[in-house]
Amino acid sequence: MNVTTNTRAQRMTFWEKLYLPEIAKGLALTFKTMFKPKLTRQYPEERWEPLGSYRGRPVLVLEEDGERCVACGLCSRVCPALAIEVQAGETEREKERYPVKFEINMLRCIYCGLCEEVCPEEAIVMSKDYDIVFHSQEEAIFGKDKLLVPIARLQERLEFLRQYK
Amino acid sequence: MSSLVLTLIKGAIALNVALVVAAALVYLERRISAWIQYRIGPNRVGPFGLLQPLADVLKLYTKEDIVPYNASKPFHRIAPIISIAVALSVLCVIAPASYLLLDDGTKLFIAVAPNVNVGLLFYLALSSIGVYGIVLAGWSSNNKYSLLGGLRSSAQMISYELAMGLAAVAAVMVSGSLDMNQIIASQSGGRWNIWFQPLGFLIFLVASFAETNRAPFDLPEAEPELVGGYHTEYSGMKFGLFYLAEYANMFTASAVMTTLYLGGYDMPFLPTLLGLQEGTLPRVLFELAVFVGKVSVLLFLFIWVRWTLPRFRYDQLMNLGWRVLLPLGLANIVITGAIVFFVR
Ligand code: SF4
Ligand code: SF4
Repeated sequence: MNVTTNTRAQRMTFWEKLYLPEIAKGLALTFKTMFKPKLTRQYPEERWEPLGSYRGRPVLVLEEDGERCVACGLCSRVCPALAIEVQAGETEREKERYPVKFEINMLRCIYCGLCEEVCPEEAIVMSKDYDIVFHSQEEAIFGKDKLLVPIARLQERLEFLRQYK
Repeated sequence: MSSLVLTLIKGAIALNVALVVAAALVYLERRISAWIQYRIGPNRVGPFGLLQPLADVLKLYTKEDIVPYNASKPFHRIAPIISIAVALSVLCVIAPASYLLLDDGTKLFIAVAPNVNVGLLFYLALSSIGVYGIVLAGWSSNNKYSLLGGLRSSAQMISYELAMGLAAVAAVMVSGSLDMNQIIASQSGGRWNIWFQPLGFLIFLVASFAETNRAPFDLPEAEPELVGGYHTEYSGMKFGLFYLAEYANMFTASAVMTTLYLGGYDMPFLPTLLGLQEGTLPRVLFELAVFVGKVSVLLFLFIWVRWTLPRFRYDQLMNLGWRVLLPLGLANIVITGAIVFFVR
């Protein structure tokens, strides 16, 4: 093994060993870069629109006649972060059961998407919301008021699920 | 007596200019680094983000000032003061313009302390005192990383001081004086030292990078290995002072290089072409503009290099200082001496 006799330093040419020409090259490169178009997105003004495959915060699908969820509790059961709490109640509607209380603790949720995968009714899906903020721990628990999202706004995700799930 | 008052006024102006320049440099550093990395940089505070340094300083002031439990308190307190004081006091020998001819025929020199016959030595001496600030900061913090940063810094500064001094000696041989005003006067009409001393300029430039602890020689604060180096244990405005000192040092180093090698405020042909008489106000303003322009180019170079080159390893740094720059500096002196001896 003759590794040490062929190091990078020994393979360098005289000009490379002088450093300065190489430094000048590097400087030229960074100088050119200064005038290239910038990649920064000016966030609050310019927003990024995710694709259907994006896993944002989980939301409940709201149809014209109410939520799809039948309060089976599977999502709550599968959630690895124990973020979901469901309390079932009875309803006059055809599906007979509905969630009286449905809460997701957004401080716990890890956006894994298992709840969506396990749901038999396709009632909980991952949305495109990625800027989720709150000022206190209480605020971080999203109830039905925040979770229910009209189905029209979730079409892209539902389409994606139909194709790839 | 009035000359004392005048000097004080000039000193106050110079201090303020230096601090404003330091603030502007912080902004520019962030902007230029952003551009080099395909980013935009600070643009939210004020127009074009120009008030960002102000916001930064405000933040630093309102932060808690933490002194480590086992730190040596007096030294911990003095260290940043030494750093900034040294960085700022060098300013007084720098001549950003020549003089203003007053009505009664006296010359009002623009430099705070004009015609100091050891001006350059003063700079070299003070800039090496700056190392005390860093070493004391490292030692008094009672933190191993700080101490390592401080030690590295002292080794680095001593090594590069030599090369810097040797380069300066050659330049002084060409100019024939240590007085900043004289050095500039000897380069008037475009006979800048950089044309006669390209090697000396290069050595001085590299040594200045090391003296100011700037990348690629920012080993004293090498983040990956030393957390923050000598200022790890500093917070609030004490940290701010170190930060400020770094930029003030950059400014003075650029100013000295401009004086020594780039002809200071000299601009060939243009003043006579514009009909600016020596000693008049327009001429002084013109000279100031020229000086600021040259210094800005060097300052840009400082920032540009920092965001281009990776940091040197410690042995590489010492190799470069002792085995390359020092012999080159000596050779430069011998050659310059021979030429000066035979040509003049
Ligand atoms: S969201 Fe789906 S899985 Fe969860 S309780 Fe409702 S129906 Fe069941
Ligand atoms: S995305 Fe994962 S962590 Fe979040 S609620 Fe659904 S199952 Fe729980």
